[in-house]
Amino acid sequence: MTWLSIIISGIITYFSRMAMVALIDREMLGTKVKEVLNYVPAAVFPAIIFPGVFFNDFGSLVQITDPKIYGAFIALTVGFYSKNVIATIVSGLLSYWFIIFIILK
Amino acid sequence: MLSKSKIFLRGTKDVLPHMLSVIPFGIITGAIGVEFGFDPLLVYATSLIIFGGASQIIFMQLLSGGASSLVAVTSVGVINSRHLLYGAVLSEYLEKLNLAHKLIISYFIVDQGFAESNKYIKKNKKETNIHYHILGGGITLWIFWQFSTIAGIILGSFIPNELGLKFAIPLTFLAVVIHDLKKLDHVFVMLISGFTSLILFDAPFKSYIILSPIVALIAAFIMLRLKK
Repeated sequence: MTWLSIIISGIITYFSRMAMVALIDREMLGTKVKEVLNYVPAAVFPAIIFPGVFFNDFGSLVQITDPKIYGAFIALTVGFYSKNVIATIVSGLLSYWFIIFIILK
Repeated sequence: MLSKSKIFLRGTKDVLPHMLSVIPFGIITGAIGVEFGFDPLLVYATSLIIFGGASQIIFMQLLSGGASSLVAVTSVGVINSRHLLYGAVLSEYLEKLNLAHKLIISYFIVDQGFAESNKYIKKNKKETNIHYHILGGGITLWIFWQFSTIAGIILGSFIPNELGLKFAIPLTFLAVVIHDLKKLDHVFVMLISGFTSLILFDAPFKSYIILSPIVALIAAFIMLRLKK
């Protein structure tokens, strides 16, 4: 049963990846839709970022003083000026670790 | 114009920074599956067959918690439906490929790969071999994902939980939208999506992952209408 669930989940997931690429003719999408599609990264990724920063492991909102909020703020600032993926991730992690292992210890 | 292999390698290079989150996340996924009591082969099969980080963890979490298969499969479908949006964006650049190539490339469309290829496309509009960038990024992410889940399955969660490496996931996605923060219209759409996700976080089947982008895209559509 579990195997069957994995296979069906895999088919559904693959379909979600393939459907728009293989089955939809680009002509079917009007210019308005294409304009809106420019915003796909801006529309999708914050829905992963915000809960990851503002919720804890138990699904409740963190305090405004939570180390994750500081870490995200530093990463945001460093990323904004450096435009560099590694600098953004590393600065966020290091400042987060600095707070939880040095300041809060 | 770059050669095909150069574009492929560029795709590889562009996703490498994201391994900072992919590797620990893969290890956690493998280790958690075994902890939940699933057969190691079955845990690995989720990486090969589903190949979608968060959805694999939630799938195993739901089944081990006694949820029905229908609920687990539905959740995976809902969480992964965001790929439809990636496909819609990329389809323009994959149009000229034959069906077999489209079917192969589709398997490798993943979050970080999409984000980096999308950035690359924006900067290299005349490039005709964009699909090599998608493949370069996608295959690299695939390899690292497979090996890190296997490592997690065999070695268990050898990364101390105290490190809080889960935090690398929001950071990795922050890193991919950061270059759009200077554009006010994009920031507006991001804020709508982000706050909607906080409000809808408890919606069934983790549907905030697809509902928030839909709300944000509707907002984008209205914004474009008002601008004109």
